[in-house]
Amino acid sequence: MTPTRTDPVPLALKLLVAGGFGVGKTTLVGAVSEIRPLRTEETLTEAGRPVDDLAGVEAKRTTTVAMDFGRITLRDDLVLYLFGTPGQDRFWFLWDELAQGALGAVVLADTRRLADCFAAVDYFERRGIAFTLAVNCFDGADRYPESDVRDALDLDPGVPVVMCDARERESVKHVLVSVVEHAIATGVVGHRDTPQTLA
Amino acid sequence: MTGDDGHRTADRDGAARWYDDAAGPVVRPYAMTRGRTRSADGSELDLIAVVIADEALAGPSGAHVLADRTLSPEHLDIVEVSRTRPQSVAELAAGLDLPVGVVRVLVGDLVDAGFVRVTRPVPPAELPDETVLRDVIDALRAL
Ligand SMILES: Nc1nc2c(ncn2[C@@H]2O[C@H](COP(=O)(O)OP(=O)(O)OP(=O)(O)O)[C@@H](O)[C@H]2O)c(=O)[nH]1
Ligand SMILES: [Mg+2]
Repeated sequence: MTPTRTDPVPLALKLLVAGGFGVGKTTLVGAVSEIRPLRTEETLTEAGRPVDDLAGVEAKRTTTVAMDFGRITLRDDLVLYLFGTPGQDRFWFLWDELAQGALGAVVLADTRRLADCFAAVDYFERRGIAFTLAVNCFDGADRYPESDVRDALDLDPGVPVVMCDARERESVKHVLVSVVEHAIATGVVGHRDTPQTLA
Repeated sequence: MTGDDGHRTADRDGAARWYDDAAGPVVRPYAMTRGRTRSADGSELDLIAVVIADEALAGPSGAHVLADRTLSPEHLDIVEVSRTRPQSVAELAAGLDLPVGVVRVLVGDLVDAGFVRVTRPVPPAELPDETVLRDVIDALRAL
């Protein structure tokens, strides 16, 4: 097909937003973009249902997984997409597709339940995906110094730790800027065949 | 378990199970994509691949998209929406309230028929330099 249109085809980039259950992922995506649920249908094997219930029906079912999805139009020709990763462990396989070609990630943490973000930190570390650890400062949660969070999560020294309020647009913008800066610092650009390493 | 006729009838008539409440939304998308879950060339379209429709809504032969009787209403929605503004597979799915897998197949059909083309996203590692990312930062700050 011959391209006939004149309006620019945008360059599309994506960031992932991960973190434990109820940590504010949906809130964060909604604070900077028009958020919409994105549905994928996945085949899951259903275990543990009573045999009487299943009687002859294939034990595999298609289930709908909903993800947070937001678009930020940066320029006519530049779009940033945000994908909230599905929280449940059984959907880890979906992360691999989302992580493919991602510019970077936000790992949201709640200091009252820091362990909930271990899995996400581990995931991005293993794949060399630049991430910022954003501490969502819920009302009533104790404020810990950044160094405590860093130690508790055993973060690499280069990983930015940012205190944020996922409900505040300015605060979330700051978090996203931090991810992109970190991606630049870790050499995300122009290292096609070399594995990314943290500086 | 009781062994009465009613039970056995229900068991024999297994097909009826596919039309219950739970099966409904599962069956429909696959009917829409004619049972295929991959596009004709076997590749999976990236979630952020951008779909661009021909301005004149015409295929390579010049035939209008509406003249193609093999296309479903959902195909036509995709052509219409992406003609208004080029947009990603993920946006099409969210905007048209269709599962991602279904949109992938429908877009694959439309690419094959020549009504839309698709750009492959540029992975950050393939960007020539940091310029674009600096632009992203500036634009985010200016939001
Ligand atoms: N006080 C306060 N409340 C917040 C903040 N961020 C989110 N919340 C609230 O916390 C609750 C959970 O937030 P969500 O954004 O739904 O969290 P989530 O990570 O998307 O949750 P799941 O998708 O269920 O894992 C909501 O009631 C939010 O309004 C914050 O920064 N401060
Ligand atoms: Mg959520």
